[in-house]
Amino acid sequence: MGLFTFKHGVHPEEHKTFSCERAIEDLPLPDDVYIPLQQHIGRPCSPTVQKKDEVKTGQLIGKAEGFVSSPVHSSVTGTVKAIGPFLNSMGVRVPMIHIQRSGDDDWEFLEKVADWQQSTTEELEKLVLNAGIVGMGGAAFPSHVKLKVSPEKPMDAFILNGCECEPYLTCDHRMMLERTDKVLEGMAIIMKILKVKQGFIGVENNKPDAIAILKERVQANGYDFKVTPLKVKYPQGAEKMLIKAILKRSVPAGGLPGDVGVIVHNVGTAVAVMEAVTEGKPLVSRVVAVTGDGLQTPKNLQVRIGTTINHAISHCGGLKDSVAQILMGGPMMGFSQFSLSVPVVKATSGIVCTSHVKELKLKTYPCIRCNSCVTACPVFLLPNRLSRLAEMEVFDEAEDFGILNCIECGSCVFVCPSHIPILQWLRIGKYRVNELKRKAAVS
Amino acid sequence: MEKTTAEKSTTEEKEAPEKTPEQAVEAETPKPPKKKIDPRDKLYKPEHRLFVLNSSPHDFKNASVPRIMWSVIAALVPATAMGIYYFGLPAVWLILACVLASLATEVVINKIKGQKLSINDGSAVITGLLLALTLPPTLSITSAILGSIFAIAIGKQVFGGLGYNIFNPALIGRAFLQASFPVAMTTWQLPFVGFDGISAATPLGQFKFEKISTPLMPLLTGNSGGSLGETCAIAILIGGLYLLIKKFADWRIPLSYLGSVFILGGLLWLIDPASYPDPVFLIFSGGLMLGAFFMATDMVTSPITPTGAWIFGIGAGILVIVIRFFGGLPEGVMYSILLMNAVTPLINRYTRPKFLGEVRK
Repeated sequence: MGLFTFKHGVHPEEHKTFSCERAIEDLPLPDDVYIPLQQHIGRPCSPTVQKKDEVKTGQLIGKAEGFVSSPVHSSVTGTVKAIGPFLNSMGVRVPMIHIQRSGDDDWEFLEKVADWQQSTTEELEKLVLNAGIVGMGGAAFPSHVKLKVSPEKPMDAFILNGCECEPYLTCDHRMMLERTDKVLEGMAIIMKILKVKQGFIGVENNKPDAIAILKERVQANGYDFKVTPLKVKYPQGAEKMLIKAILKRSVPAGGLPGDVGVIVHNVGTAVAVMEAVTEGKPLVSRVVAVTGDGLQTPKNLQVRIGTTINHAISHCGGLKDSVAQILMGGPMMGFSQFSLSVPVVKATSGIVCTSHVKELKLKTYPCIRCNSCVTACPVFLLPNRLSRLAEMEVFDEAEDFGILNCIECGSCVFVCPSHIPILQWLRIGKYRVNELKRKAAVS
Repeated sequence: MEKTTAEKSTTEEKEAPEKTPEQAVEAETPKPPKKKIDPRDKLYKPEHRLFVLNSSPHDFKNASVPRIMWSVIAALVPATAMGIYYFGLPAVWLILACVLASLATEVVINKIKGQKLSINDGSAVITGLLLALTLPPTLSITSAILGSIFAIAIGKQVFGGLGYNIFNPALIGRAFLQASFPVAMTTWQLPFVGFDGISAATPLGQFKFEKISTPLMPLLTGNSGGSLGETCAIAILIGGLYLLIKKFADWRIPLSYLGSVFILGGLLWLIDPASYPDPVFLIFSGGLMLGAFFMATDMVTSPITPTGAWIFGIGAGILVIVIRFFGGLPEGVMYSILLMNAVTPLINRYTRPKFLGEVRK
């Protein structure tokens, strides 16, 4: 049987063996947490606490502003030391709440439902919203927005994203192995909210143990979900690629998965939804793969939101001397860090410490139009041409050639034999095209 | 972290600051790392650490331009070897002259332009070698050198060097020689004869002017008159298939090029078998094989879009038929590719692939 997959894409080395055998551990509570008020796409929260306030674990500290926004909760019990700008993983100073832990871990739970099967969609939706759940695969889009189905556009399929196509990362893999029932129950809740009958679980074929246990538990629990093994390919876990691979539907360019009746959620999100609905737990911690060859003992850790990456790394035995780069996220789309004091946020799926920075050894040549990037681009763009157009500032033509459809997966740079910073040019191009469009809209 | 490599890099670097973000902002000037620090100390005093900052992606495939170029050269080895086998020592001198002249021209132009030397990327070697393979084995060394200089200087470097040329440099060199030395460029000899001054016709020439068709066997093994490296179809096919398997050439171009010549030639042959040769002879004779696998597939000068590759191949195929049957020359591969090179930018412009989920109006 041919495995499900999409066209094009690349296959980077997986490097998952560092941490894929390691069971999820609870990271000892940190002394200080720095919780950003904006951990999601959309409008930032407004703080609901003051300096010197005592807060409990799970207490609301940031109120959602508007529909596309998500509340933030305290992840430890302690005192608010400061509300102000601190460095985040992008190297930008953003408003964060600094909480100093006072010792105990007192929880303040949200409301929950005894039996979610009996609850109404609205009730469940509200629970998800109040728990501050966002997409935990990396995009951090507020989950409750994706759960809102308009009556004109009914959904007919739900896909649970367990691909984890980024090299190094293993948090979703461990979650599927160790918290299988939670994952499946979370999926069932989401499907109830969406009023969807068809459920798929997409898992890349390099995790046969996860596929086996998911299949077994689906059957044991009497669910109607289909576990679909997928070919190991990057970016299989990108929403549009996954929909194409499993359902063979093309999400319209510039559109959302909802336009073809599909909603995709990450494994981590499903667990968070399950815990919010049945336990009343807000999203205050997540599983993070702390891994890489620059680390003494790679581990999968259950980390409280706002913990500095320094704390997580020291729990893993610290860095090796050879370490050269710290990435937040995987090597294909992650952000390199210059500081160990940035906090883990809701969207942090991994902390990768590598001792090889390949980019330093690369020699750049002119583009020889070898078309490696064209045959790698999962959205069928012409990256070589687009990067040239962006470089030459021919933005109208770049827009005609679909620059705004770029999903910034980095496949083009990965394969380029000339080592041209294609994606970097495309990012500039996208930014400038959007800027021009905004200007045109104003005038 | 090795500070030396870090300093060499152009990548922006900043110092890893203290535990709290507040202090991180204050710490602006990098402090020199102290000697002999306990690794665990380093972690808790992170000011001793420097991390490389760059933007994603951070992983790269093991691919480079020289690797592609040298693979193409490796793919040309069988054809070159067969050329030397058939035409002897003069072939060796011709190949050496072309390659060395190409490299020398590249160096001189690099110097004039004040660039770094670009000879180790292998592109000049390919140009020289390909040019040599398309020349008659009896051509004088002087002409060959002139052709190589022209190929590199006018064919490639005036456009800006590797990656910027519009036409295939080797074919530009050959076109220059064809125009400058028309007699020498059409004087052929049979294999194993040596320099005895007896000229022979190529299979295509024989057909065009005497209506004698050559059987398939000599065309496959290369035991017929013709350019240095174009006669042995099997050797070219071996190299060509290697390129296709390694994905250093777009399979659409040789397929559409050979396919269109085969189909068009076949149609003409069906209409009038007396005046047109059979299509198998057509695709195995002359420089078509070499052109289809090594010249038309030149990455720089062929279209980047999949549809464009089909148009390029079919267009070149039609031109070959037109020149071979209705033009004055027995062979049309060189001009067919050069003409299609010229329209490649236009093809690229109008054959944009449909992107994922695009709805065309």
